[in-house]
Amino acid sequence: MSIIYFLIGCSVLLALLFLGAFFWAQRSGQNDDLYTPSMRILLDDEPEEEEKK
Amino acid sequence: MKDSSILQKLHCYHCGNDCEAEYLGFDDKVFCCNGCREVYSVLSQSGLGNYYAYNQHPGATKDKISPRFEYLKEPAIARDLIDYTDDKFTIVTFYIPAIHCSSCIWLLEHLNKLDPAIYYSRVDFLRKQVNIRFDNQLSSLYSTVQLLDRIGYEPLISLQDVIKKQTVGKKDNLIKKIAVAGFCFGNVMLLSFPEYLGISSYEQSFRQFFGFLNLAFCLPIILYCGTDYFRSAWANLKNRVLNIDFPLALGIAVLFLRTAFEVLTHNGSGFADTCCGLVFFLLIGKLVQRKTYYHLSFERDYRSFFPVAVQVTDVKGTEHSVPLAEIKVGQRILIRNNEIIPADAILLKGDAKVDFSFVTGESVPVNKVLGEVVYAGGRQTGEAIELEVVKPVSQSYLTRLWNNEAFTRTQENRTKTFSEKVSKYFTIVLLLVAFGSLFFWLPTDFHRALAAFTAVLIIACPCALALSTPFTMSAALSILDKNLFYLKNTAVVEQLAHIDTIVFDKTGTITIAGADKITLHGAVNPYQKQLLYSTCANSAHPLSRLICQYWEGTSRLGTHSYSEIPGMGISAGIDSHLVEVGSRLFIKGGFAAKSAADGTEVYLQIDHQYIGYFSIRQQYREGLEIINELSNKYNVFLLSGDHGHERDALSTIFNPDLMFFERSPQDKLDFIKNLQSRGRKVMMIGDGLNDAGALKQSDLGIAITDNVNNFSPGSDAILDGRALSRLPQFFKFSKNTVSVIYCSFCISLSYNVVGLSYAVSGRLSPLIAAILMPLSTVTIISFTSIATHLAAKRRKL
Repeated sequence: MSIIYFLIGCSVLLALLFLGAFFWAQRSGQNDDLYTPSMRILLDDEPEEEEKK
Repeated sequence: MKDSSILQKLHCYHCGNDCEAEYLGFDDKVFCCNGCREVYSVLSQSGLGNYYAYNQHPGATKDKISPRFEYLKEPAIARDLIDYTDDKFTIVTFYIPAIHCSSCIWLLEHLNKLDPAIYYSRVDFLRKQVNIRFDNQLSSLYSTVQLLDRIGYEPLISLQDVIKKQTVGKKDNLIKKIAVAGFCFGNVMLLSFPEYLGISSYEQSFRQFFGFLNLAFCLPIILYCGTDYFRSAWANLKNRVLNIDFPLALGIAVLFLRTAFEVLTHNGSGFADTCCGLVFFLLIGKLVQRKTYYHLSFERDYRSFFPVAVQVTDVKGTEHSVPLAEIKVGQRILIRNNEIIPADAILLKGDAKVDFSFVTGESVPVNKVLGEVVYAGGRQTGEAIELEVVKPVSQSYLTRLWNNEAFTRTQENRTKTFSEKVSKYFTIVLLLVAFGSLFFWLPTDFHRALAAFTAVLIIACPCALALSTPFTMSAALSILDKNLFYLKNTAVVEQLAHIDTIVFDKTGTITIAGADKITLHGAVNPYQKQLLYSTCANSAHPLSRLICQYWEGTSRLGTHSYSEIPGMGISAGIDSHLVEVGSRLFIKGGFAAKSAADGTEVYLQIDHQYIGYFSIRQQYREGLEIINELSNKYNVFLLSGDHGHERDALSTIFNPDLMFFERSPQDKLDFIKNLQSRGRKVMMIGDGLNDAGALKQSDLGIAITDNVNNFSPGSDAILDGRALSRLPQFFKFSKNTVSVIYCSFCISLSYNVVGLSYAVSGRLSPLIAAILMPLSTVTIISFTSIATHLAAKRRKL
């Protein structure tokens, strides 16, 4: 059963990794604007002139 | 009203407005105005025609004359607006109210095609901001702003860049704290499960391992996530105030200490899960309470209404831009059409027709003669004028208002919220019960006494109570938000419920600013119409312009003589007829028309023969019947800066004794103060700078506006003009909301009583605490949101 020590260590480490990833995302401004990307993704680089008419 | 138009409805290709009188064709497309056509030609020449492919009519109408941006060439002004600059490139963020669709995003992020010097532009849609980086060598702030204006996205540049500040200001790491708390809470829950399910005796080593791990997870909770509660409790204690943070901080501390004690002495498993869960839920509640409207600002003052700089002419007659703060007495300033006069000044040159509607509430532009003092805040309509400054900006008639104490005092002496009031008694009772159980057990069993004491503090920790207000209020806020009523923060809902007196402003509040209703009284045949139209077309007087607008499309006849007597009227000779248009005194013909006395009037006369008159009235907002409805329950006042010529028309809505006219901004503030000194809870509804003092002084100031992106004075709430008729519903709804808070308080109290019955005996098991706390939290959250939405449905919101 001592494998539990190892497993718990792994799980905490993994969770810490995710927490760190979240911190990094927060710091790099990925969560500053949560709305505009949802519109930007619908814009093509060169849409047809007659589209959506 | 108008000539039956043979044009079918044509929509401008750029902005989608109806092309009414004359439309301009270009490229087989139709445009409503020159501005829109310009924008189209700029875009199509640069290969940005796709702008029109994403949405139909994506543009904003551009028939207004854009302001001049020359002042941006002044390094001192530019420095304040730029985020970052070095010798290579400059970063600047603009607030552009016109951003409204995906085409806007597309165009503004392709600025590079229009100006290669701009190599980065990024739009934040909700904040209506665009972040631009450009090459210093090839471009400048001035040319960038010019470019934005040319394509129809005029940035709003004001001295008080509130919206920008808002985004910078809020950095208290709440999101990070929640992340850490969630991380600890999740892990602790997982590690606590074996304890709940029972650990067999031969696995006791695990128990200790889990215990220490749990304790380790509690450390960041205490040292990082929960610090605000300790700090706030301590600060309040020093001020001898017992607020809700005190029992919360006490609960968190006791939970941690007892956990540490039990784990370190191998005495039990402690309450690590409850501790983490408590802080996690509390922080969530804090997040919910904080609602930000990125596109609204509640803190605006005159500085965001006034221009950034003015044109000053020096002795040699050369013009240059000077920042507003550096304007000195004696300087000569040049104000062009549609610009705002920033300081009290004497008119030196030009024909001043100043629109003071935003400052005084007076709706008709005022003619000023040379040598007269023009007060700051007015907007010149017509030709450019020259003035000499007599008072610096901060000492001017209007801006002096901001020196009043109402603007410097903190918001704290407003209505106390329910949770503030109740938490004091709650804390006292809690401490009494805790010490009572301590002293009850102390003579017999020391350990049990300590256990009971801590258990009481843990179980009665007002987590549910602390959450009931934020969750109810945020639900209420989002409902009001959908109904075009935007509140500054959650506490405003409770203030709304306690109001007993309502004070309305007139111009712009119960009337629609800039929408005057002009009615013709008397019969006018088509030829007379032509005569009168031709006469008025000669004059630049605002009233003449209104008449011309009314008869728009009439063909104009040649005039062979024309004269204008300022303040009286105009007369013209056309086709051997003498046409006279003007005030009642001006038209001396013996007519017996009774003055309607409910607005401004213009009398018409041809060949000394009285024809009729125009009455010009401000147009009232729809749904003003609600004021009658409100008068039954509330004291309703009307406070106007305008003259009383609409008194009679308004007396159907307001009690004539409770209408007050010709009130200066300072009078308005004092009026509110006077009401408050008589114990009234006053709500002020206004729109202009002249109401700013009253809005600030009142218990609840609501700024009403037709376009939430426009300037609105600092206030507690912003109401869209279309939602004014829902005011009674808002009142009833806010009262319901407060009842929801009372109910949820009772629910959380009953949970506390159940928990306390275990706690006082000193036999609180961690499992019960771990179940009770989240259970009460979930009950409160679901109860408040369901009840609030039901209340909204009942009020048809």
